[in-house]
Amino acid sequence: MSDENKQGLQSAFRRKLLMGMAAIPALTMLPRPSFADTPATSAINTTGLAVTDTEVTVGILHSATGTMAISETGSIESEKLAIAQINEAGGILGRKIKIIQEDGASDWPTFAEKAKKLLVNDKVAAIMGCWTSASRKAVLPVLEQYNGMLYYPTFYEGLEQSKNVIYTGQEATQQILAGLNWINKEHGAKTFFFVGSDYIWPRTSNKIARKHVEQHLTGCKVVGEEYYPLGNTQFNSVINKIKLTKPDVIFTDVVGGSNVAFYKQLKAAGIDLSKQLLLTISVTEDEIDGIGGENIAGAYACMKYFQSLDNPNNKLFVPAFKKMWGEKTVIGDVTQAAYLGPWLWKLTAEKAGSFDVDKIAAASPGIEFKGAPEGYVRIHENHHLWSKTRVGRAKLDGQFELVFETKDLVEPDPFPKGYQ
Amino acid sequence: MTANRFVNRSELIGILVLAAFLVVILPLCLDVFRLNLVAKYLTYAFVALGLVICWGYGGILSLGQGVFFGLGGYCMAMFLKLEASSVENTKIQSTPGIPDFMDWNQITSLPYFWRPFHSLTFTIAAIILVPGIFALIIGAAMFKRRVGGTYFAIITQAVAAILTILIVGQQGYTGGINGMTDLRTLKGWDIRPDHAKIVLYFFEVGCLFACIFIAQFIRHSKLGRILIAMRDKEDRVRFSGYSVANFKIFAFTVAAVFSAIGGAMFALNVGFMSPSFVGIVPSIEMVIYTAVGGRLSILGAVYGTLLVNFAKTSLSESFPELWLFGLGGLFIAVVLAFPDGIAGIWADYVQPRIDRLVGSRKPGWVASIDSSVADGAPAE
Repeated sequence: MSDENKQGLQSAFRRKLLMGMAAIPALTMLPRPSFADTPATSAINTTGLAVTDTEVTVGILHSATGTMAISETGSIESEKLAIAQINEAGGILGRKIKIIQEDGASDWPTFAEKAKKLLVNDKVAAIMGCWTSASRKAVLPVLEQYNGMLYYPTFYEGLEQSKNVIYTGQEATQQILAGLNWINKEHGAKTFFFVGSDYIWPRTSNKIARKHVEQHLTGCKVVGEEYYPLGNTQFNSVINKIKLTKPDVIFTDVVGGSNVAFYKQLKAAGIDLSKQLLLTISVTEDEIDGIGGENIAGAYACMKYFQSLDNPNNKLFVPAFKKMWGEKTVIGDVTQAAYLGPWLWKLTAEKAGSFDVDKIAAASPGIEFKGAPEGYVRIHENHHLWSKTRVGRAKLDGQFELVFETKDLVEPDPFPKGYQ
Repeated sequence: MTANRFVNRSELIGILVLAAFLVVILPLCLDVFRLNLVAKYLTYAFVALGLVICWGYGGILSLGQGVFFGLGGYCMAMFLKLEASSVENTKIQSTPGIPDFMDWNQITSLPYFWRPFHSLTFTIAAIILVPGIFALIIGAAMFKRRVGGTYFAIITQAVAAILTILIVGQQGYTGGINGMTDLRTLKGWDIRPDHAKIVLYFFEVGCLFACIFIAQFIRHSKLGRILIAMRDKEDRVRFSGYSVANFKIFAFTVAAVFSAIGGAMFALNVGFMSPSFVGIVPSIEMVIYTAVGGRLSILGAVYGTLLVNFAKTSLSESFPELWLFGLGGLFIAVVLAFPDGIAGIWADYVQPRIDRLVGSRKPGWVASIDSSVADGAPAE
């Protein structure tokens, strides 16, 4: 596509945006449902879900309060944006989406309780929600018991596959392997030092990364592996070890507020990220908001989406998001993945011709979403998404500059052979 | 007063009212989902009950009751998790037959301290004994050295923090921050469907009343009066020849065992256990339940727990983004306006009117157990 063409496209879209903001990804991607023949409620809802002739109810279940609120707010916002856009475009099977929002309060049992409330009391047709692995693990038995459908946005450790969940984020191998290959090839990195928060996601990710480094990258080794409790703010000892071992790459999956302390202390210790390679799988634009661009500029992040991605879908998504939630908001990887949930659900319901959870689960594999801000995605038989791995370099302004992306979509592999 | 007269008439009425409320009214009015929520709230009532004895009567403020709640809960959860991890349920794992989180953490055989939890008898004993002995050790270490008041509260907080870090850090053995999820059956009996929830609810209410009677007994026995005397003038009791430390250890241990029973009930009713009930914040919340109910009232503690948790659920359902402020406001209002909690409101405003109407004698089912309370004697 030539540049002029792109410009033309863009301004056309912009006009559309001004007129009706939201509904655009629908234009770019799918055969619109015809509104004339709205199917009868009894036909598309045989299991007593909250579907009326005009409305279908979904639940949004994230932490609006507590320590995770800072991360999960973006997901709530993009899910609401997607739902508003879908409603603008006529809804699903002729029904507008009604939202019931519940607060998981950063507390895992509360997630389970609220999920149960949404499924049992409100009979929601689907839940967009959860963020941490712990909250998903808490909700999973409830979903399986009451046969609910969850669209889960976060990149996570894998080792899980459920009929009742669509994982719109990447599982660990999708996120990590291509990034490690790239840094090994492009920068000739041979030695790696792992630093992570102490829970299942960093531990599993690092296990996979270690196996890959030791078995698949020739002459490479892991020179250190350290974990700190969630919320830890003292990283001096690990920084000293890094200085002693002088690894080619610092590979980090430190999460949440700990990041702020980690990068500030790295900088204070004189480790200059423009010279020292650092590859993180846990810092998105959202985290940089807290860390400060000046403290992390130069670091590489391995994600599937950056706000700065240059493609037509993203050029619509970012302004629409900012219009709804404010100019200052930033959009991280998970926020984008959360945006996919309602759209994928819509496409699946239209393919299945039903809101029944069993039919949605069965119809999900093969669903394609061409309007995704990250680019084309497709649901795999294992309910994860095929998506690209991308590496971005953090800039002073808190945005990432794309430096690498895989040529093809990477197959999701939640139970990777040889990495267990 | 002799030991067998451990409830007076108005207390008996209070207990009967509570029994009618929990056994008849709530199950009739609520659907199974809400009833299961009440069951969850009531698990905290065990903790609040323990705090009435330990804090209200004994004057020992413990900000670490979550530790015992957690120990009891984890003992129960370990049993349930083992049962849910049978070889056929876990055949996709690299090592079938061990809990899923162990498999994720590359543990290839069941650790030795997990093995006894195959036995339900052992588990029930462990629910009582592990927290009981732990409390005994902490209590002995602290009270024998006359550590009390604020210092004791701080130490209990430290214990809560340490246990949380231990559980989170040893995730191969404990499930880490995720906790133990997906608990399914108790001796082959599925604990998840609706009828099981109802059975569990009534079982829990039964246990709660057993604990209430024990608390009543302690309160009306000589022991209870020594506790109160000790709270109000520790030195006098010591000079009278009593071993203050032993009484404190006793009160603290009873509170710990009550909390542990609550924790075990939690694991059964909610099908879940995680370190988020062990740490400092939940421990303080548990103290708040007692404060709202009235720290001197055994039944008030139950009502306080129900009220706060009910407010928590309904506020968070109606105002997902603002509810914490509402809840915080509620606590501040209660503590400022009614320092003796719901029980205080009852004793000051409701009971006198009832008495006037009925024309009966004065003592209420609630707090007014001794005058020093009304004088506002400090708890420490």
